[in-house]
Amino acid sequence: MMKRTILTQLKQNTKVRVVEISGGSRLQGRLMSMGIYPGREITKLSHFALRGPIAIKVGRSVLALGFGMAKRITVEM
Amino acid sequence: MIKKIFLVGNPNVGKSVLFSRLTGVQVIVSNYPGTTVEIAKGYMDLAGNRVEVVDLPGAYSLEPNSKAEEVTRDLLKQKDRDEILVINIIDATNLERNLYFCLQLIEAGYPVIICLNMCDEMQHHGISIDTVKLEKLLEVPVISTCGITGVGIKLLIDRIQEVKPRVRSSLSHKHRWQEIGNIVEAVQTLTHRHHTLREILEDASVRPFSGMLMALAVLYISFKIVRFSAEFLITRLFDPFFFNLYQPFLERLSIILGEEGPLHHLLIGELINGKIDFKQSLGLLTTAPYIEFSMVLPYVISFYFILSILEDIGFLPRLAMLLDNLLHRLGLHGYAIIPVLLGFGCNVPGIIATRILESKRERFIASTLISIGVPCVALQAMIFGLLGKFSGLYVTGVYLALFAVWLLLGTVLNLILKGYSPEFLIEIPPYRFPPLAMLFRKLFFRIKGFLIEALPVVFLGVFLINVLILFRMFDFVTYIFAPVVKGLFGLPKEAIIALVIGFLRKDVAAGMLITLGMNVKQLFISATLLAISFPCIATFVVLYKELGMKGLFKATLIMILVTLLVGTTLNFLILR
Repeated sequence: MMKRTILTQLKQNTKVRVVEISGGSRLQGRLMSMGIYPGREITKLSHFALRGPIAIKVGRSVLALGFGMAKRITVEM
Repeated sequence: MIKKIFLVGNPNVGKSVLFSRLTGVQVIVSNYPGTTVEIAKGYMDLAGNRVEVVDLPGAYSLEPNSKAEEVTRDLLKQKDRDEILVINIIDATNLERNLYFCLQLIEAGYPVIICLNMCDEMQHHGISIDTVKLEKLLEVPVISTCGITGVGIKLLIDRIQEVKPRVRSSLSHKHRWQEIGNIVEAVQTLTHRHHTLREILEDASVRPFSGMLMALAVLYISFKIVRFSAEFLITRLFDPFFFNLYQPFLERLSIILGEEGPLHHLLIGELINGKIDFKQSLGLLTTAPYIEFSMVLPYVISFYFILSILEDIGFLPRLAMLLDNLLHRLGLHGYAIIPVLLGFGCNVPGIIATRILESKRERFIASTLISIGVPCVALQAMIFGLLGKFSGLYVTGVYLALFAVWLLLGTVLNLILKGYSPEFLIEIPPYRFPPLAMLFRKLFFRIKGFLIEALPVVFLGVFLINVLILFRMFDFVTYIFAPVVKGLFGLPKEAIIALVIGFLRKDVAAGMLITLGMNVKQLFISATLLAISFPCIATFVVLYKELGMKGLFKATLIMILVTLLVGTTLNFLILR
């Protein structure tokens, strides 16, 4: 059973698959060039309180993304 | 015929190290994405021909996301493809992500040679890459290198000649990633490694609680080391030199010059109680070198020493993450902390570094905040010199006042400027421990840069002060501004001269403040105002370059307004 949620609501230290990135093509392109695209496996490492940034692991790199960007990313477990 | 070589690749893969290796030109190298925001050019010899080598800001793709990345795209766009060569530098420990830009470059038809850099780090991570196979799959030469030690550089140069553009069909983004998956599958083998201490620390630093604790500890220790080592250098090295060796020499010179007259005034300055006082005499041979070498230089050395360590270890992006939330309230995002920190060294590189920010609005806010609320190390050193002998509360007070201005002004600018603050997206690099030799080379490079830029202006500043005093040119200015300076700020009317001289250099201006015989409240106010009011001319020039005439004009208006407000507030409300 697949469960969908958005990246900001996901618990820490969970491995998920990116399903959808809503938002403009500019944002999609930018995330795409850094390795975040639908179908990609990522791990959420942490998030900071009060709509702070979110750290994820994509492949071998650790990325930090702002709350507003992270909430556009839908993932499934 | 190759005429130009471009060094291209993702941020923080070691382009600048390689650039220095190829051309012998020293550039600043750090461990965070976005160190290079300006293009650097140098030359190398290629089979008897002089070829230009260009170090470009890092990018993740050919579609730019910041001003720094735009530069890369524009430069690559305009050149005649027959005359250029692209060295695509790839971080071997992160092959997959780096290949995306790599494939884009090859597909776009550039003649590409790949430099698989950081191969020394690969082993630590338990990665091995079959370069022969990779070369076959990509159809372009692939050379493993290690920029820091220089391994593979010679081979890279040898193989530059055989580079040709390849025809590779352009893929959609999605298919490109599929292709990359296949390539990585074929060439890379991973051996499982247990978590090292370094990885545990890396992990802890991106989590809110442990990260915050680590950052506070690091910042506190850094500040203590800067202060302690600078004071150590002053009391043990520079002051003894000036007082024991240099002063007797000057005293003799003073007697030869007859202890008065215009020349004595210019070179030695005024005698305080019949003696030379390095802080107050204001002569070209006394105060000018003393301010620069014994008051400011020790702080420049210790500040850049610590900053260089923090940069090279990879601490700054982690700090950026912790501060993202706060900076969002000022219309910026976390990464703006990097220009701000650089600004604490000198506002000029700080403002140039705002190019790593995405929007014009952010760059305006960041530049204005740096030029108003971030005192450069030269000024900070003078603030310590001015206020250090009183209770520590005053030095802390200046920082608190500046921080409050910084927060308030940022909040106001965020509210009144149209637009929104873009989101933060950065890569957090692994912790790295670069060789000490590299650290010292960078430190030396920065100190040399400081001396070359600062010394002539300091001497010019002291010279001008003397000439203007001699011809009583200040009287008019002090008369005009007396109501503001005296009435609103509670300072002696001559303090305006220091603020005016601050336009040349802040440290000379602070040196002038010493001579005015002010009480501690006045010193506190004037030091704070010196930081807030007009930045020095070098900063003005760079503000003009980065923001344009209109931006500079706006920033200047804000500066005048803030100076008036803060000066009056401090005078009437806080320190009554």
